[in-house]
Amino acid sequence: MALDKHGIARRIAKELKDGFYVNLGIGIPTLVANYIPEGMEVILQSENGLLGIGPFPGIDEVDPDLINAGKQTITAMQGSAFFDSSASFAMIRGGHIDLTVLGAFEVSEKGDISSWKIPGKLVKGMGGAMDLVASAKNIIVATTHTDKDGKSKLLKQCTLPLTGVNCVNRIITDLAVVDITEKGFKLIERAPGVSVEEIRAATEGQLIVEGEIPEMTL
Amino acid sequence: MNKQVKDADEAIRGITDNMTILFGGFGLCGIPENCIKALALSNIKGLICISNNAGVDDYGLGVLLAKHQMKKMMASYVGENKEFERQLLSGELEVELIPQGTLAERIRAGGAGIPAFFVPAGYGTEVQGTKEVREFNGKMHLMEMGITADFAIVKAKYGDTRGNLIYNKTANNFNQAMATAGRITIAEVEELVPYGTLDPNQIHTPGVYVQRIFQGTNYEKRIEFRMTKS
Repeated sequence: MALDKHGIARRIAKELKDGFYVNLGIGIPTLVANYIPEGMEVILQSENGLLGIGPFPGIDEVDPDLINAGKQTITAMQGSAFFDSSASFAMIRGGHIDLTVLGAFEVSEKGDISSWKIPGKLVKGMGGAMDLVASAKNIIVATTHTDKDGKSKLLKQCTLPLTGVNCVNRIITDLAVVDITEKGFKLIERAPGVSVEEIRAATEGQLIVEGEIPEMTL
Repeated sequence: MNKQVKDADEAIRGITDNMTILFGGFGLCGIPENCIKALALSNIKGLICISNNAGVDDYGLGVLLAKHQMKKMMASYVGENKEFERQLLSGELEVELIPQGTLAERIRAGGAGIPAFFVPAGYGTEVQGTKEVREFNGKMHLMEMGITADFAIVKAKYGDTRGNLIYNKTANNFNQAMATAGRITIAEVEELVPYGTLDPNQIHTPGVYVQRIFQGTNYEKRIEFRMTKS
């Protein structure tokens, strides 16, 4: 059974390690914050100038001066720090963030990513995505394996304008965990109940399958 | 030294058609509301506006856009503004979309006297264009230029009569770098105090960067997406 967005978030949370500094993109990636294991300390960075994103505020706690990169009101955890945008991206560009999770329209077997523009339709701008993918140490893409028309999002080559080249390490979808290697997409895990054939059929790019592919443990 | 002006109308004196202006803020957070309103009520047009976002349709920089006072916008994301997307797609408005981190660093560098620098963001994408490309440590980088402007308009929580500024939480965002990069920097603040009041250890923007300062009024501080626990 393909995972829903919470299932994808739950699997991504398994990549977290104690003491990690993490940047979560808008959409499915933000859900990862709900699945940080009990007792594990993970600090979330918001590119608009906060290290230590907390949960959404109570109704009386809402502060217009305290928002995340998606412009939602948030709180700041104990031990957090505020700083300006140039310092925020210095932190990102300087490789100080341990893990970046973001969504995508397409990922290529070389690790290229398209996530910001659909020409003629969606031209909102790239925000911080290009900076994140160009500099992050460890980039995980969270996405459905195919788009709503059933077309694969794991391609030989991206067709949409690129956010970055050669930068994605791992893709976690509703069907599988796929790594980017020198030889192309490598299947690492299957979603519970999903077969290798199903995953192959949904992957346009070259998919390397070696040995028995385990199911995800969630 | 007297940097204090009465209000936004006095603060924006000298801004004329076709000038380049830096506007602080991230979304609607930390935007210089009073000055934007004053500009919208003026006849100034042809502005080249540099800001991370373009406000929403009826607030922030969106108002300047709706009144066709903008010739060009340099921003990283304009998604919250439908009119903006429309003017962009139709070609009415000249737009330069810049990666957020590169934008922040270009402004910081401009204020810091650094004419050009290399960053990896945008390599291999349409942002690369015809920019100079160089390899450092096995990684490809684009050469980006520092940005300065005729005016920088910033918003802070506290300011003193010498122009020292303290920002609040995520309302800092682009304000701090922008304050350094305007030939003339205007600061509107929620609370203006006599110099000597603010703790020197807490200053985000030393007063040297600020030429005009006033205490703003009637801050709406609109919230784009009010999310709560429930």
